[in-house]
Amino acid sequence: MSIKKIHTSQPKEFKFSGENMRKVEQILKKYPEKNKKSAVMPLLYLAQRQNDNWIPLAAMKFIAKHLSMPYISVYEVATFYSMYNLEPVGKHFIQVCTTTPCLLRGADKIVKLCKENISPNEHEISKKGNCSWTEVECLGACVSAPMIQVNDNYYEDLDEKSTKEILISLINDKPLKPGSYRGRKNTAPEKISINEEDKHA
Amino acid sequence: MLKKENKIFKNLYNEFGWEIEHSLKRDDWKDTKDLISKGREWIINEIKTSELRGRGGAGFSTGLKWSFAPKEIGSRPHYLVINADESEPGTCKDRDILRFEPQKLIEGCLIAGFAVNAHICYVYIRGEYLNEGKRLQDAIDQAYKKNFLGKNACGTNWDFDIHIHYGAGAYICGEETALLESIEGNKGQPRLKPPFPALVGLYGCPTIVNNVETVAVVPTILRRGGKWFSSIGKPKNTGTKIFCISGNVNSPCNVEEEMGIPLKDLIEEYAGGVVGGWDNLQAVIPGGSSMPLLPKKICDTITMDFDSLIENKSGLGTAGIVVINKDQDIVECMARIARFYKHESCGQCTPCREGSGWMWRILDRVVKRKATFSDVELLSDVTKQIEGHTICAFGEGSAWPVQGLLRHFRKEVESRCREEPLIKKKLNNPYLVDQHLLENKNA
Amino acid sequence: MPKITINGKEIEFEKGMTVLQACELADVEIPRFCYHEKLSIAGNCRMCLVEMEKSPKPIASCAMPATEGMNIKTNTALVEKARKGVMEFLLANHPLDCPVCDQGGECDLQDQSLYYGVDKSRFVENKRFVKEKYMGPLIKTQMTRCIHCTRCVRFATEVAGVPEIGAIGRGENMEITTYLEKSMESELSANVIDLCPVGALTSKPYAFEARPWELKKTESIDVTDALGSNIRVDTYNWEVKRILPRLNNEINEEWISDKTRYSCDGLLKQRLDTPYIKKENKLQKSSWDEAINLLVGKIRSVKPDEIAGHIGDMINMENALAFKKLFKIIKSDNLEFREKNFYINPNEKMNYIFNSSIAGIENSDLILLIGSNPRHEATILNARIRKTFVQKKIPIFSIGDPGELTYDYEIIGNSTDDIKKIINQEHKFSQKLLSAKKPLIIIGESALELKSGPYIFEQLKKFLVDNNFINNDWNGLNILTQNASTTGLIDLKILKNQKEKNSSFFDDLKSKKFKILYLLGSDNLEFQKDNEFVIYQGSHGDRGAEIADIVLPSPAFTEQNGLYENLEGRVQEANKASYPIGDSLEDWKIFNRVIKKLDNQNQSLNFDELRKEVLQSIPNFSGLNQLPTKSEIEKKEIETNFFSEKILIKKLDYYFTNSISRSSKTMSECRQIRQKVKKDGTNN
Repeated sequence: MSIKKIHTSQPKEFKFSGENMRKVEQILKKYPEKNKKSAVMPLLYLAQRQNDNWIPLAAMKFIAKHLSMPYISVYEVATFYSMYNLEPVGKHFIQVCTTTPCLLRGADKIVKLCKENISPNEHEISKKGNCSWTEVECLGACVSAPMIQVNDNYYEDLDEKSTKEILISLINDKPLKPGSYRGRKNTAPEKISINEEDKHA
Repeated sequence: MLKKENKIFKNLYNEFGWEIEHSLKRDDWKDTKDLISKGREWIINEIKTSELRGRGGAGFSTGLKWSFAPKEIGSRPHYLVINADESEPGTCKDRDILRFEPQKLIEGCLIAGFAVNAHICYVYIRGEYLNEGKRLQDAIDQAYKKNFLGKNACGTNWDFDIHIHYGAGAYICGEETALLESIEGNKGQPRLKPPFPALVGLYGCPTIVNNVETVAVVPTILRRGGKWFSSIGKPKNTGTKIFCISGNVNSPCNVEEEMGIPLKDLIEEYAGGVVGGWDNLQAVIPGGSSMPLLPKKICDTITMDFDSLIENKSGLGTAGIVVINKDQDIVECMARIARFYKHESCGQCTPCREGSGWMWRILDRVVKRKATFSDVELLSDVTKQIEGHTICAFGEGSAWPVQGLLRHFRKEVESRCREEPLIKKKLNNPYLVDQHLLENKNA
Repeated sequence: MPKITINGKEIEFEKGMTVLQACELADVEIPRFCYHEKLSIAGNCRMCLVEMEKSPKPIASCAMPATEGMNIKTNTALVEKARKGVMEFLLANHPLDCPVCDQGGECDLQDQSLYYGVDKSRFVENKRFVKEKYMGPLIKTQMTRCIHCTRCVRFATEVAGVPEIGAIGRGENMEITTYLEKSMESELSANVIDLCPVGALTSKPYAFEARPWELKKTESIDVTDALGSNIRVDTYNWEVKRILPRLNNEINEEWISDKTRYSCDGLLKQRLDTPYIKKENKLQKSSWDEAINLLVGKIRSVKPDEIAGHIGDMINMENALAFKKLFKIIKSDNLEFREKNFYINPNEKMNYIFNSSIAGIENSDLILLIGSNPRHEATILNARIRKTFVQKKIPIFSIGDPGELTYDYEIIGNSTDDIKKIINQEHKFSQKLLSAKKPLIIIGESALELKSGPYIFEQLKKFLVDNNFINNDWNGLNILTQNASTTGLIDLKILKNQKEKNSSFFDDLKSKKFKILYLLGSDNLEFQKDNEFVIYQGSHGDRGAEIADIVLPSPAFTEQNGLYENLEGRVQEANKASYPIGDSLEDWKIFNRVIKKLDNQNQSLNFDELRKEVLQSIPNFSGLNQLPTKSEIEKKEIETNFFSEKILIKKLDYYFTNSISRSSKTMSECRQIRQKVKKDGTNN
């Protein structure tokens, strides 16, 4: 994983909103008093959520001070984990799983569609709509491959047609419903109905 | 084949509802108080009788692991940590447990927590599973409402709390000590062992780390008896297991089956067979990406359990079965797995940091047909130089798939290579010695 | 003692040792990069893998605790293969730029690849390139060479106590950097250069100056503070190229401060190379004879009582004794070496040294700082306090506000009243102090300088004696002096007995009683010059030479032999590493010329005899490099007066405390950056 770039234009200040500050208190309660450093990951998430899905330096500083950590430790954590965005991403941030189980079922076609419909390069905000995309490693939904994650949601069992529909819906800011796009019940076997399974039993 | 009544995860596909009212109907939280009142010794013994082996990949005896926790709580509190950082390519079983059978996990946490003297449990869920985490939180809240958790949880006189901690996209945090580091607010870099977490774990306190599936089957085992569990499957490879079948099959799915089921049965019965028929099968990765793949010849007869897979120089791992048929370029598939390991290496120790990228680059050249025969030997050397020399098992995890490829598909690999040319074409490498000096004109 | 078998040889080892340490006991060398005795164990380089019986995999010997009955093998094919493998990985992305790398010749990677590596790389891919990082004026980075051993990260967090270096990113793209590439805010920062096993962090001021094998190495003693850190002076011809630490676990362990290390470029600048005489309000070159004639003439023209001498902060004991002898011939006893009038009771040795010893800090269980900022006044000693704080979590208190010290401490007061309360057991802190077993009280010059100085010292000493905190086992009374010369000069009885005289040197100086002021390497004495005739004898054209009427050039501490006594009372020898510049003469030789002119009858001084006399006149002397012997406590009450005063800790201009560091370009760069950080909170 290459080093994350720090966004060039950074806000001067960062503060958690009142509501988020209450959440911070809630999060801190989870961990022992002297180990409040543990809250650094949830707090970075919170900052990312508050700041349009990316974390400015000022937020890292704020968190470091709040948890009495050295700046560099927060910075280390923010650059180590891949889910913290240190640069702005699209309002609809599409993450395409391209690891082998998805690749076997055509993830490369989804990448191609993203390049065609959103932007030729990863981490570029699309010209139309407010989207960006990136390739990611295994998202842990291998039996629903190929799949993409858009912000928090999984779109599963895709093919070229359904992917295109989803991408267009995102560009138009009217996202389709997440879930399986082959109309099956979660991760159940398709070819045999439950009744048939009963027979085996 | 597993009988229907022996299934533990009856709601694996959410046909009956995940909410606590529904799960109570499926016997969750039945007699939990009585089970716990039988005491620590009994619980651990029953788990030992069941011969339950950890479902997270290593297959270590769960009962034995629990018995490593100090018998009495000393000056330091004990912790139970649930590993829900499911990131192994080919595996997505824990996700379904979190979504559809959360009460099984929660009840298991209480029992496991009691067995290892822990009052606090952290569930480490990978960051991408945000919705699954929310679901689990809802389930935890429902359990609190019913007083199954909290002070005097479930009337057992045992205080027990569960907290969720999200990861943020780092495969290595599935390694138990890296996971603990991550909860502590550090980079997820594995710790040196010894000391083992059972004595010095989270915040320096005794900590037992278990996989989601391991803990989730515990209540059923205790209710139905360790003997019942050990009667399913094969000796030393007992019980049921959720298999994830993905890749080139007609109907990829998750399914709970008994240990030791033939691989062919799994693929044919549940996953609708290999795309293009069984004869179109090229290879199968039997236990998630870090286990060496098996060629069709072995797949014909292999049974899915820890020991018979080890006999065939592979492993059950997380039981994530990735089927690769003959339409695929096997080298490309494995090169992609090598890229995954290069991307996910934490960078702490030398062999893994430098070796994982090197393996991928060689394989990538093989795929692009730019490699020579000597590269194949080099690749094999690199895997051996990584294996066994790293801090954690990630080294093996990245080296084994490549070793498996070379073991079974060396011809395929070599067919993409060529002889070392007599006259070498000049590579387009910049003259590296001075590269950094060019960057800074003042140097 | 438990036993361990290493390569078939059974040896005994101490409990708590690692396998690597046990191997060292057995004289078996284990290659390593990340392991360092003074840092925590990382176990990440994997170079120290050895074979252990019953373990299928080789184990990292640096991290594995040695246990009874272990069977370790380091000479098997398995181990050799593992080492070669790791070596190949380390070199895979390491540039082959040894010819332009400053680490060449003292590079662990170079040495170990020779012994344990393979001769050819099989890595044909593009090598990784990492951008250089800015780390301040001392540390030059070339991060492409980094092998990610994280020694620098661990040093910054553990020893220096400024967690500013970290490893960002992950996997093969992991990079070592300071937070947003700021310079490290530590007085110990340059030690990461020594720690770096490769050429990733090298010395910026020393960049491309010399190769290690070209340098003459001289073992010596640092004189920029009172600690007497052990150093090695590396010279090329007569030029001092760099200063490195020498291991001495009793004093500086393996560290030296940035000032010790980098003021050495000041040895080449602002040097006095010939005598000068002030003519027409301008210093003009002169000959030795002319200068000495003028000097002697001036001395003869005034009363002996009107001649005063002040000895500077970096003067060795032999020269100081020679100066004392010169003044005896002149018949003046107006000698002083303190820069401010702080209280010293020279009656017994215990009264003016750091009795607990530097290594002894680790045994204490409570520390009280009184008017002292050890971070700036004694950087290495501060590192030892931090080490103790980290290892034992001991409570640390301060009277007066010293600012950031790299460890947590509690300010329990800022006036002399608080000390009085503690002594009278009326302070809330008294109980804590009394219940400690080995408390350590450090009294700084800022406290002794007060009107209450005598009270603070004498009453605290009495308090410690009364409560049995000064006994055979432990002595918690510590004076933190700031100059390398101070302790030795007290021992040489340079100070006149104050009881015999009515006024002190400082009063006389202020009341303009002196007509001639002879400054021996003294640049820090604060005084307003009117009609005094000032003679400056020293190495640098600094504050002293600026006001002088006669300037006599003498060598710096690296250019002559000499003894120094550090604040613990440990006598150590600084050795001549280079030659005096130009016409300069050793101080005692200059005095010889003066004496000869003054009075032919007197015998001339001789260095060997001076040294002999110095060694004889040191009380409680037990041998070179040794702590002084202990003596019975003198039970003599000294009357002191109490004044209610605020204790203000005098801020040191850390990088500019002596004439050498003030002449150093490197030090002034450091100072500018530190001031900039203070002013607007940013750098770079």
